[in-house]
Amino acid sequence: MELGDILLSIAIMLGKSLLLLVALLIFIAYALLADRKVWAAVQLRRGPNVVGPFGLLQSFADLLKFVLKEPVIPASANKGMFLLAPLVFCTTSLAAWAVIPLDAGWAMANINVGILYIFAISSLGVYGVIMGGWASNSKYPFLGALRSAAQMVSYEVSIGFVIVTVLMCAGTLNLSGIVESQNTRLGILGWYWLPLFPMFVVFFISAMAETNRPPFDLPEAESELVAGYMVEYSSTPYLLFMLGEYVAIMTMCALGTILFLGGWLSPIPFAPFTWVPGAIWFILKASFLFLMIAMVKALVPRYRYDQLMRLGWKVFLPLSLVMVIVVAAVLFVLGIAPGMR
Amino acid sequence: MTVTAAFFYLFATITIASGFMVIASRNPVQSVLFLILAFVNAAGLFLMMGAEFLAMILVIVYVGAVAVLFLFVVMMLDVDFAELRQGFLQYLPIGMLIGIVFLLELILVIGTYVVDPGLMRTAAVPIPPADVMTNTQAIGQVLYTRYFYFFQAAGLILLVAMIGAIVLTLRERVGVRRQDISKQNARTQADAVEVRKVPFRQGV
Repeated sequence: MELGDILLSIAIMLGKSLLLLVALLIFIAYALLADRKVWAAVQLRRGPNVVGPFGLLQSFADLLKFVLKEPVIPASANKGMFLLAPLVFCTTSLAAWAVIPLDAGWAMANINVGILYIFAISSLGVYGVIMGGWASNSKYPFLGALRSAAQMVSYEVSIGFVIVTVLMCAGTLNLSGIVESQNTRLGILGWYWLPLFPMFVVFFISAMAETNRPPFDLPEAESELVAGYMVEYSSTPYLLFMLGEYVAIMTMCALGTILFLGGWLSPIPFAPFTWVPGAIWFILKASFLFLMIAMVKALVPRYRYDQLMRLGWKVFLPLSLVMVIVVAAVLFVLGIAPGMR
Repeated sequence: MTVTAAFFYLFATITIASGFMVIASRNPVQSVLFLILAFVNAAGLFLMMGAEFLAMILVIVYVGAVAVLFLFVVMMLDVDFAELRQGFLQYLPIGMLIGIVFLLELILVIGTYVVDPGLMRTAAVPIPPADVMTNTQAIGQVLYTRYFYFFQAAGLILLVAMIGAIVLTLRERVGVRRQDISKQNARTQADAVEVRKVPFRQGV
């Protein structure tokens, strides 16, 4: 390759990444607003409604406020790691979006092991939390970090088995391939949420635990730990933590869309509906999952820590293990496993 | 080609440097974090060789699970690390001996292929080219057909080890009030709530 070609491809790559990043951040700004609006609606409040029409500019006002405030670093904190932690958290959750296909062929990187990549990257976020909790050199952040580590590692196990069942049906680790394998004449009934419904439920709940969302937000449970691992953070570092959390939630929504809701496929597989661009279907489905997660936040009280651990290890783990065996057996007996057709 | 070489040297340098920092850094938490950096860069090296499955598994298993537990333990334990360090020079010869043996073995294995490239074909199962089947499929084919029983045996050994670890650490503490979930769920309004008419000025 010529040097010019290399530079050009790098420039194209950078441009695409920047476009994705900006689109994602704007989407998250409104997802955050929607989250607060849903929460308010459930509690018969109005929610943010002052900045801009219907409060539409609230997230941007918050951004300015966070960025312009003074970052406070505790005197006894491990300074370098204290500032590195939110960066690690935010970067790892953003990096997962490199492989997510919004439409056929729209992934930044269409790699063969896309699902493993997302699984690997999303398991790295825990380091941001642990480093933040440890570097703060304070009681509550440390407890929050330890809780978070145990929680994320526990629920990763059941998410792993959920992914295995989907992979057995799809026969590929490529995210676009998984979506394509759900492309049948049945439309919405051919997606994996219906045949694998128990796993869809397990995935949905584990996704909330994995991203520290209420009702599993024990690492930052304000009634016990003030704000968990984020206690000592202020201004931009705090913003990075919060942003990383929302990006991780959107990643989980996108992953749920790809694994169970047919990605960019139209729910009704004939003429007027298939004309709608796939990316729009994808965003609609991911937004639907996000709406569900936002509703759960408003409706369900926080779990106790022992209940959380019991749910992960004693309910989801056996259930998903049994489902792996059942799905494998059904696929084998009916002869519909991807390699057997 | 030059880009590949540049990335190889980048990953390799960081791997070795962070590997060195693991043993050199004073703070054990920093040691673990450098270990993680070494893992991630090793995964990068795997990726460059086209072993994408191994790279991702390395990150998932070692970085995502094993190193988290390392970090967990290192943070929780209140060990005087200055005291631990005193024996450092004493163990240095043994450490170096193991290192040298390991290095020699690596040189022997890789050197054989350099001296006689034909030996590559004597491998039990030749590596299929990337355009025929993906890396993941190739590993699966070998693991689940040819070496199926070894794979199962490895799984059994791990299972036994896991059960052993659980049995060793399981202890029933007395005097701890635990919630019995089945009992809790079996409670009904009838046996949990009692509605009484309280006579005025007399109490229950």
